[in-house]
Amino acid sequence: MAAEPRELRDDVLNGLQLSTQLERVWRTPSGFLGALMSVDHKVVGRRYIVTAFVFLLLGGILAILMRIQLAGPEKTFLSADKYNQVFTMHGSTMMFLFAVPVMEAFAVYLVPLMVGTRNIAFPRLNAFSYWMFLFGGCFLWISFALNVGPDVGWFAYVPLSSLQYTPTKRPDVWAQMITFTEVAALAVSVEIVVTVFKQRAPGMTLDRIPLFVWAMLVTSFLVMFAMPSIMVASTSLILDRLVNTRFYDSSSGGHPLLWQHLFWFFGHPEVYIIFIPGTGMVSAILATFARRPVVGYPVVILSLIATGFLSFGLWVHHMFVTGLPQLGAGLFTASSMLIAVPSGLQIFCWLATLWDGRPVYRTPLLFVIGFVVIFVLGGLSGVMVASVPIDTQVHDTYFVVAHFHYVLIGGAVFPLIGAVYYWFPKIAGRMLSERLGRWNFWLAFIGFNVAFFPMHILGLIGMPRRVYTYTADMDWAHLNLLSSGGALIFALSFALLLVNVIYSLRKAELAGDNPWNASTLEWATSSPPPPQNFDRIPVVKHRDPLWADNESLPVVAGLSAERREVLLTSLAEAEPQIREASPEPSIWPLLTAIATTVFFIGSIFTPWAVLWGTPPMAVALIGWFWPTGSKEDEE
Amino acid sequence: MPYLLAACAGRQSALDPQGLQSEQIQQTLFIFLAVAAVVWIAVMIVLALSMLRRKRLADQPLDLHQGFEERTGQIILGLGIVTTVIVLGLSIVSYAGQGTIFAKDEHPLTLKIIGHQWWWEVRYEDDSPHRSFVTANEIRIPTGRPVKVELETADVIHSFWVPSLTGKIDLITGQKNELQFTAKNAGVYRGQCAEFCGLQHAHMAFAVIALPPDEFARWREHENHGASSPTDQLGKQGEALFRARGCALCHNISGTLAGGQLGPDLTHIGNRVTIAAGTLPNRPATLGAWIADSQHIKPGNLMPKMPLQSGELIAIIHYLEQLK
Repeated sequence: MAAEPRELRDDVLNGLQLSTQLERVWRTPSGFLGALMSVDHKVVGRRYIVTAFVFLLLGGILAILMRIQLAGPEKTFLSADKYNQVFTMHGSTMMFLFAVPVMEAFAVYLVPLMVGTRNIAFPRLNAFSYWMFLFGGCFLWISFALNVGPDVGWFAYVPLSSLQYTPTKRPDVWAQMITFTEVAALAVSVEIVVTVFKQRAPGMTLDRIPLFVWAMLVTSFLVMFAMPSIMVASTSLILDRLVNTRFYDSSSGGHPLLWQHLFWFFGHPEVYIIFIPGTGMVSAILATFARRPVVGYPVVILSLIATGFLSFGLWVHHMFVTGLPQLGAGLFTASSMLIAVPSGLQIFCWLATLWDGRPVYRTPLLFVIGFVVIFVLGGLSGVMVASVPIDTQVHDTYFVVAHFHYVLIGGAVFPLIGAVYYWFPKIAGRMLSERLGRWNFWLAFIGFNVAFFPMHILGLIGMPRRVYTYTADMDWAHLNLLSSGGALIFALSFALLLVNVIYSLRKAELAGDNPWNASTLEWATSSPPPPQNFDRIPVVKHRDPLWADNESLPVVAGLSAERREVLLTSLAEAEPQIREASPEPSIWPLLTAIATTVFFIGSIFTPWAVLWGTPPMAVALIGWFWPTGSKEDEE
Repeated sequence: MPYLLAACAGRQSALDPQGLQSEQIQQTLFIFLAVAAVVWIAVMIVLALSMLRRKRLADQPLDLHQGFEERTGQIILGLGIVTTVIVLGLSIVSYAGQGTIFAKDEHPLTLKIIGHQWWWEVRYEDDSPHRSFVTANEIRIPTGRPVKVELETADVIHSFWVPSLTGKIDLITGQKNELQFTAKNAGVYRGQCAEFCGLQHAHMAFAVIALPPDEFARWREHENHGASSPTDQLGKQGEALFRARGCALCHNISGTLAGGQLGPDLTHIGNRVTIAAGTLPNRPATLGAWIADSQHIKPGNLMPKMPLQSGELIAIIHYLEQLK
């Protein structure tokens, strides 16, 4: 039996009435408590982005500390113990607290806008995910401040990280932090996948999804398949340390290489979890500033998917020097190098876009061009590292340090900074300063290359990684000094970005809805967007809806104007299916995260935390899912 | 021992190969480097051209023409195939190099190396036990003859790496790895642990000293004999103190009553180039500083601080220095 049409729908209201009404329904409650209850993807996304950048700042400070220590031979700026903590914290922070979260943060903010829906799928899970990320990060950094920061490397190889060789709580802190951040990452991935599959605007068929959204979709699947591996690995490590299991103990039938297999089965796809969103950003920025859609849309998507699949087939190239059988190692050489093919195809598509476009050289495009220069070099050194003979020399040397900074900073951070300049108007409503932006780019580009290029040579002339000092007679002093100087310039570029953001937030010109004249849906609403994102849900008839010929975007009507509703559409064709209630703000995700945090931290100190730690979580989850829906929902 | 002087250079570079394997690796590396350079320059040229091409048209309105897509599609596909061919070619080059560097000789000189936090134990084993001996942190090998090192670890994972001679391989708990290499020229080649192994990973170096075969044979013969007893008064006093102060609990000196197994074997320490696993040159002053307070030099190592009178210290240094 159909319900009485007693509710207020958007089709009976005029523009102003509708937007006032929807804002009332969708806004985050005011006040401090309201802020803690927010389930708006834009609020959570902004927090996520800012928090991730705070961790970038902290990780960057550690990098500078290391570069000061290594600027000359036999410096005593950092002790061996401090240095080991610093490089462990640098790696862990950058990988787990910055690179992955920041990409997901951008997705949390942008994907719902880009697919034309009002909120992300599972908004409360989204809020929970942010709190878990925040608490996990704070836990790690507070431990570091209290001198129990992990010191066994971001890779935490056993048996060094086992109880026998590191009897302190340091590896436990590291392993639990992993679990925190992976819970957060998995939650966001599920939200992204469901949002993209079920909440796209009507008409946004699979071949009209923006490339950035495709990239985040592929990334989300990578997260879902890679992260469980590291969670199994770190949980087994905790168990070995805490309750004396023997997963990694070779004297009792375990094996330390099990750790490396589990770790790198996650650790290699991890690189692509960071890099693929970067390529999505590149595609978005390039289309807008080259003034044409990216050439070879299907090629780019197939490349993304191929990269995703291949990334799981080459973790062994991190283990070429562990004494694995030679034939197998040779096959992993080929599979590792093969990933150059889809990456190369994407590069060719971007170059063709630039070739055929009418490029406007604003800051975001500069960062994309910097990305091409740096990333291609990093990719080529990656092909070298994939070769067994070359790897036996350069593995665990500064050559590898240079290589993966070229890939990660070139492949992800340059696009990311470009993305900050590109989407800042949509997030903050104001433009970033173009003049500071150019300075920012050139300092970053020059500083980066001066800092990291010499490391290739340092590795080839014998400098191993993770050494806190070296002697003057090793001939490494000059290149290290150069590298440290470059690192300072590179750091300066980030300081300039910070200045630009703070200055522009207050003083810069207002952006307007679509300051770059871009083509995707996030630019179809105001900057910053209202709580409901769109007053009326747009209908998409073209891959670049805002560039299509029609005067204004067609819209669908019929969604409720008096309660939170999102429109669900079919998976492939994005045909409207049903109206679905979207959750109200709630304090329970925060309380659940607090309960989970107490449980996680408690379990470092006593296995009994598993008993007393779970009831509060159960209570919080019951509060979270307590049914509050209207009668209509049940019909 | 003219070669020992060269140790002061302390070099360890993959770009200055002195062994059969390191030469092969360098060759592979150069092929890859050349291909990479060509590819990178080609991409940069296309990037530069595409940036210059339409500068003047920058602000003209958008024009979504599809003809370009179709023409470009074939070029992109072609480039994809070219990339695949390059990648497969390089894989074959790599696999060929791999075959050479991991080739196994039937009659190599076999050594056993055991990694410790943070030093290297080197065992020259022979079928007859009295021709077996142990040394530490310095590996002497003959030139021109394949050497096989069998690698194990006493604690965590380490990595054996002498870039001038060959690539590295890890020493893994509960596993036996091996590596073969041949030094072409006599000389002192520095090696260093390449896998992070804890607090003093930076100070876990060693030297490979390649000697002409006859000189190596003489050295090996000499090593078969234990330490000679000190003849002078100070030396005798040092030997007694070495036992009395507990040094002998951890260190072995063959031919004497000192038989500890925890620390490096000191039987012929007077002949070594460095002490503390490549950390300091082997001189009376540095040896004294090390014995007096090794925790200051290499914090976290297993050797405790010794409460010694300065006279006692001098005697022990004197004793150790003459163990040649």
